[in-house]
Amino acid sequence: MGIAVSTKDLRKIYTSPPPLAGPAARGRMMGRKEKNKEKKKFEIVALDGVSLDISPGEIFGLLGPNGAGKSTTIGILTTRVRPTSGEARIGQFDVWREQVEAKRLIGVVQQRPNLDFALTAREILTFHGAYYGLPSAERARRSAELLEKFQLTERANDVARNFSGGMMQRLSIARAMMHDPQVLFLDEPSTGLDPQTRLLLWEIVRDYNRQGKTLLLTTHNMEEADALCHRIAIIDHGRVIASGTPAELKASIPGGYLLRLHVSRTTAELVARLEAMPDVREARENGNRIDLYSDRGGPLIGPIAAAVSESGTELYDVHISEPSLENLFLHHTGRSLRQ
Amino acid sequence: MNGKTFFAMLARDAHVARRNVVALLLQTMLQPLLFVFIFGRVMTSSGLMPENYKSMLLPGIIGMTMVFTGIQAVAMPLIAEFQFTHEIEDRLLAPMRIEWLAVEKVLAGMLQALVAGGFVVPASWLLLGKGVALNFNQPLLFGGVLVLVALFASAGGLTLGCSVNQTQIGLMFSLLLAPMISFGCIYYPWSALSAFPVIQKLVLLNPLVYASEGLRATLAPQYGHIPLAVIMGALLAIDAALIAAGLRQFDRKAVS
Repeated sequence: MGIAVSTKDLRKIYTSPPPLAGPAARGRMMGRKEKNKEKKKFEIVALDGVSLDISPGEIFGLLGPNGAGKSTTIGILTTRVRPTSGEARIGQFDVWREQVEAKRLIGVVQQRPNLDFALTAREILTFHGAYYGLPSAERARRSAELLEKFQLTERANDVARNFSGGMMQRLSIARAMMHDPQVLFLDEPSTGLDPQTRLLLWEIVRDYNRQGKTLLLTTHNMEEADALCHRIAIIDHGRVIASGTPAELKASIPGGYLLRLHVSRTTAELVARLEAMPDVREARENGNRIDLYSDRGGPLIGPIAAAVSESGTELYDVHISEPSLENLFLHHTGRSLRQ
Repeated sequence: MNGKTFFAMLARDAHVARRNVVALLLQTMLQPLLFVFIFGRVMTSSGLMPENYKSMLLPGIIGMTMVFTGIQAVAMPLIAEFQFTHEIEDRLLAPMRIEWLAVEKVLAGMLQALVAGGFVVPASWLLLGKGVALNFNQPLLFGGVLVLVALFASAGGLTLGCSVNQTQIGLMFSLLLAPMISFGCIYYPWSALSAFPVIQKLVLLNPLVYASEGLRATLAPQYGHIPLAVIMGALLAIDAALIAAGLRQFDRKAVS
């Protein structure tokens, strides 16, 4: 029971703008387009050696900013993006050599809605079941169950074109579960959902996982990754920069607390002095900002303020964040996830 | 191939076509029938055109209707599904090699083109009134031409649908499809172009010429036509080329 998913040294270089990337990623990629007057050359390294090992029955999260390569990774694992090199496997099947076998095992919820607008909600589910060869009676039974579970029964016979964003998202997930796949991919599943629907989604994800299914989801939402995933890989510029359980990852940040100071000017002496304070593990200077990784948060503010004012600098602002994946990302990349 | 998946997709397309049957019929039938009425009825009864023009016109109209139905039936949904609604993604993920989805689209388009051809023959005949002399003495040959024409329309639709950007749909009609109609030997036999030798050679690049001439050769051979062997050879070559191009373009659209 349960199917493993793995990738080995996946690389993907786009030589034309990828039609599958989300609008944000595409914008970023276009910005990096190299313009050569003699020969127009378009080359984007979307994945630069991504290796993942996802165990059977695990909820695994890919966390990273827009354009980091999350959707490309999912695209390769779901046969929609051809890898430049490397290997991707669903269970025992190589996704590129045994496409049909691999596709039988997976269900996919794409980042943007892609429902069949010519059909009603119920037909979307029953035709999907038919594509996977489910007998007609089972199609009817499963579609009724899923419509009920996703609170869509009342609108079952309406064309999906007129559904709200949240309803479309629910129907997309129901469709992906229609053929009871062993592995479920969810690309940014909670983007654009209201808080209530998000909680419903989380419950559905956990519930599906309890049946022994493997789930791979991408998100740029820390809270979601923390709350849902057994393990996480943080991905940036097409590389995995850290991976492990949320607890392991958070423990890997020095101290765990992050204090971001905004000062009028920084001096090497001030940074050294701050770093030497008890409980401070590391100080990093970045313009007129100083990031302190420490074991404590609030109690340090008094001594910090004193140190800053004694160095003849003015303290404009202090921001304290508790141990979080957000801090981890910042620690590894020097950038915030939302940038 | 996975038969269950393939036929489920064909069933889906049939279901959608049935649901939109009135709009589809209007979209594909109205224009040809207006042509038939103006050229075949108004012009002949007013004496501007001879009575036997009717039988010359009808095969061309059948060819035009089939070709445009096939192209539109495949190309328009594909342009929308790949570039706008993305609704094809669910079928690309189905447990079947994606080439078969392209084949399914072509088959569905062929069936629609044949149905449109089947509708337009009696409808135009009724509109034209008396004086239509068509010969159905070569049913096998006629059927063969119909299938080859439907396939060329549908495979052409696949190629266009996977090549044309949604912002270029207007251009596709005005730059490609309108000249195809004008120089498609629909309203005149190919031999009528003999006064314009350069144009007569150039129009041989237009696949619609072989559709019109092929149908004319089987239904109204009295008007003279390009030799049937040449027509069949050209249609086969066009079909093969468009299928190859269509499959290639489909793969490029479906997998990045």
